[in-house]
Formats: sequence, C-alpha cells, structure tokens
Amino acid sequence: MSNDYGFSFVQTQEGTLVIRLVGSWRLRAGIPSFADLQGKVASTGMLKRIGFDTRDLTGWDSSILAFVSKVSELCRQRKIPMDREGLPVGVRKLLELAEAVPERKGARREVEKTSLLERIGTKAIGATDSLTEMLAFLGEMTITFVRLLGMKARYRTSDLVLLIQQCGAQALPIVTLISFLVGVILAFVGAVQLKQFGAQIYVADLVGIAMMREMGAMMTGIIMAGRTGAAFAAQLGTMKVTQEVDALTTAGFSPLEFLVLPRVVALILMMPLLCLYSDFVGVLGGAAIGVGMLDLSWTTYFHETANAITLTDIFGGVFKSSVYGVLIALSGCLRGLQSGNSSSAVGDAATSAVVTGIVAIVVACGTFAVVFYVLGI
Amino acid sequence: MIGEAIPANGAKPHITVRDLTMAFGSFVLMRDLNFTVNHGDVFIIMGGSGSGKSTLLRHLIGLIEPARGDVFYGDENFTKAEPAQRQELLRRMGVLFQTGGLWSSMTLAENIGMLLEEYTQLNPTEIREVAALKLALVGLKGFEDYYPSQISGGMQKRAGLARAMALDPEVLFFDEPSAGLDPISSRLLDELILELRDSLGATVVVVTHELASIFTIGNNSVFLDPETKTVTASGHPKELLAHCPDPKVRAFLRRETVSESLQNPG
Repeated sequence: MSNDYGFSFVQTQEGTLVIRLVGSWRLRAGIPSFADLQGKVASTGMLKRIGFDTRDLTGWDSSILAFVSKVSELCRQRKIPMDREGLPVGVRKLLELAEAVPERKGARREVEKTSLLERIGTKAIGATDSLTEMLAFLGEMTITFVRLLGMKARYRTSDLVLLIQQCGAQALPIVTLISFLVGVILAFVGAVQLKQFGAQIYVADLVGIAMMREMGAMMTGIIMAGRTGAAFAAQLGTMKVTQEVDALTTAGFSPLEFLVLPRVVALILMMPLLCLYSDFVGVLGGAAIGVGMLDLSWTTYFHETANAITLTDIFGGVFKSSVYGVLIALSGCLRGLQSGNSSSAVGDAATSAVVTGIVAIVVACGTFAVVFYVLGI
Repeated sequence: MIGEAIPANGAKPHITVRDLTMAFGSFVLMRDLNFTVNHGDVFIIMGGSGSGKSTLLRHLIGLIEPARGDVFYGDENFTKAEPAQRQELLRRMGVLFQTGGLWSSMTLAENIGMLLEEYTQLNPTEIREVAALKLALVGLKGFEDYYPSQISGGMQKRAGLARAMALDPEVLFFDEPSAGLDPISSRLLDELILELRDSLGATVVVVTHELASIFTIGNNSVFLDPETKTVTASGHPKELLAHCPDPKVRAFLRRETVSESLQNPG
C-alpha cells in the first residue's frame, strides 16, 4: 500500500480547475490540507467550474468524502458549478445521500455569546425554580407524614424492613471504623496539649463530650449521606428511567408515600442507634490512646468519661442525628425524583444528593450550635 | 355533559380530547388537538419519531398536565378532576409502559397483587390465584415468583400487560408495545391485544409506528405531524392508506419517501 496520496490541481484553458486525486486515501492517514486549494480558488477570480480527475486514485474511504464535501461547500459559497463526473460512482452516491436531506432550520445550535448579566439572570431564575420545587417537595412530604401519623399512608412493610436493614445493620462496619478513628484523632489532639500541664486525664472528658455532643452525630450523618443518600438517589433515579415511578402514579400510589416515606422513616429510626453506637466506639478509640500512650488505666478513663458527660449531651447528639437522618433521606429522594432520563443523569442525581445532604447537615449543625447555646443546653 | 353528538353508527365516545395543547415551558409540541376515541376502539396514535406520540399518551393518563385543553373520559373531565375523582378514573385504566415499568423490587405476582390488595377485598390466597391467572393469560404461567430482572424483555412486556389488566380496566394504554420485540413476539402481542379487547370489552389506545401492528389491530387513528404541530389525519388506518389526501400520511403508511408518495397518489 502506498502512503503517497494527496491532490494537485491544474487550471485548464477554458477556466476549469481540475483537482487530481492520487494514491490511496485513508482516514487513518489523515485528510490533506485544504488551504492551498482554498487559496487558489480565492485568488483566481474567474473559475467557470471545478472538476475532478481520479485516474490515479487507487483507494478511498470517508476521508475523500470529507474532502469533496468541503470542495462542494466552497463551490456553493462561490457559486462555481462543480462537476462530479470525474469522481468514483461510490463517492458520488454517498455525496448525494449526505446532501439529500437539507439541514433542518433551527437544528444547528448556535453557540451564542451571553453577557455576564444574562448568565446571572438565568442562574437566578433557575435557582428560584429549584427552590420552588424543593418547597413543594417539602410541603408534600409534610402532608405524607400527617397521613402516616393518621395510619393512612400506603407503603410496603417489607420495603421498610429491608431499608432498615440496609441503612442500619449494614452500615455498622464503616461507622465502627470512622468513629474509632475520630476518637483516636480527638484524643491525640488533646493529649499533645494537655500533657504539657500534666492533665492527661482530661483527654477522657474531651473525647467523651466531643463525641456525644457533636462528632458522633456529625460523622454518622456524613457517612450516611455518602452511603445511603447516594443510594436513595440512584435507586429513585433508576426507577424514574425505567418508568416504575410513572407506573406507581398511574396505579394510584403516591411515589412520595411509597418510595420516599419508608426511606425517611428507616433513617429516622436507624440514625439515633447508629449515633449511640458511634459515640461508644469513639470513646473506645479515645481510651485506646489514653491507655496505650498516656498510661491511664481503663477504669480511670471510663470513670472520668462517665463523670464528664451528661444525659443531656447524649440526647442532644441523638436528637441531632435523627434530624440529620431526615435531611439525608429527603435530599437523596428529592434528587432521585428530580433525575433526568439517562444513565448520566442518575449519576448526577447521586452526586448532587451527597452534596445536598452534607451541606444540609453542616448548616443544621451550625444552627443547632447556636440554638443549644442560646437555650443553655 | 359535553356537547358532542353521538355518531350515527351508535358508537359512544369514551375518550374525548378537546383543544389539547402540549408544551414544555415555552416550546409548544402540539397545538389544539381534538379527537374522540369510541368504546371498543383500538385507537392508534401514530407519527414519526419525536412527533409527541408518547407525550400525548402521558397527557391522556395524567402524568403531564396539558398547557391548555381537556381530556374527558365519558362525561367526566379528567384534566380538571379533583384528586379523588381522578384516582377513581385512573383505577379504570391500565397502562403498559414502553419499558414495561414493572416494579423491580417485587416479584411478578407481587406486582399484580399489589393492585388487587389495594383496590379489592380479596384475601391473600385469592390475590395469589388471580395474579397467577393474569400471568397465565399472557403466557407466563409458573413465573409468579420471578423478579422482573430475571426474565427476558419480551416477557417483561407481557408481565407489564398482565399488571395493566389486573383490575379489568375499561381503557388499556400501550406505549410502543412492539418496541424491542422480535416480529413473532410482536405479532403475538397484537393478537393478545385484540383478544383482550374482545373479551374484556375494553377500549385500547396504542402508541406505535409499527406499520404491521397499525393495520392488524387499529380501527381508528390519529396522525401527529410535528411540523404543523397538529393532527393531520384521522380515521381507519386502512382507509387513510387508500384515500388520505396528505402525502406525508400516505408516505408513512406505505413506508415511502414523501416524493415517491407524491408520484403515485391514491
């Protein structure tokens, strides 16, 4: 196979530009530059027609088609008739096929330059819309909850049990790992400072109070947002793609009652338990450092912890975790139900569910800090 | 009561679409659609890809609210109905979605059973029996405890149909029933649709562009044209094939290009 391919052009006496295509044209090898020809056509003002000579063309594929259609476009712009007789029959047919359906008006997307102001405006309108959507969702969920309290909500108990298992027991390993490490980290941070004053024993207070009041709930919340919130969004998004949500609606089942409600309930029930567990494992992590590095005994450590924390601390944390559970479930389900109808849209929904969930948790955490401070808890 | 006169041949209108405009935001898909589906019709909604056939079906079953206009079932305005009344109307409809739309977390029997549980007084044993019967009707005897993901696409379609007729609906909607089916399965599905229409006395609305199906099962139709954004032809598909003045409709029904169709009219 010869790599020698390309084109040359000659102008005949009668004002015809003959393009000579030679060699074997292959897409793999690239399409020869068009600039020379364009320059020639531009510089010669009085071309009567453009023709082709393909006697030395040994092979061709779409590369020649791309080239010829560019020539054809050039001819149309300059209003020079193009003589296709010289081209191989296959090329002529494909060219006709490509030109058979005229470009649909408005089909081409114009890449418009939008001003900064316009973009800000569009974003603002988009933000309002998504806020309205979120409020509508919250409103409907409130109604659904009222129905649940009145025992009128319809969902499958087996779904709820399965969900409880998924976001309860199955989350234990990861919660164990993260909570233990958080306890260790807190103990380390405290130990370095407190050792200077010989007050190592207060590491127990520090880890205990921090885990109970904030870190237990917060870390469980973030783990569950990444683990369960994303799963909820992906499940609901896929159900939208496969029209399962539509099927529920037309069968007279509210997707909010049937899909969202059990998920919210499962997390409300499981988050406090996970949080308590996380508190306990966190203290264990702290104790490991206390015993291993600060020469405290297990008994001393746990006695100190027990003295430091109050029931209010524990219940405060547990209450927060329940609220985080609602936030995670709602943001996961909302993003899932808002998902578009493609596989990438489901992926986006899962991502957005995690982001929304974590933002909501952090905002709620800040709000709680202020409220608890004001209330003196 | 709507002011539509009952046609001379005694057919009673079952679904009436009045001045229906379908739009997404400011983009209008179809404008001022008007047509009637009579009791016992196999009504075909046809048109090229992207002409809004499935969207029209979603309007008819209330999944999308019309930008303007109304859909009536019998004398009742479905579009403007109160939620309770709308649920009541929905209960009398069965829908086979394009992808089957089976609930993937439930077995086939549970998929059908859920509707029976909700809307009938049957006890669990009876529910199980009725679900098995419905599955047997579509040729899926013995598949009660399979999950949708464990059966083939054609079987999922049939299971979807079994669920759609769980409550013996008065209207059955089919969204592209033959999409993704081999010619024989799709032919069998067509026969099933006709049999169900005859035995249940249901009205059937089918969205399709499958010519074989259109001529085999349809006895009334509308053709949606995305360029004029309206219905350009309606009537019995075979009559449209023979006499329709619109070249685009003729071309569609003959599987020709519009220019070919212009060369051999009628």
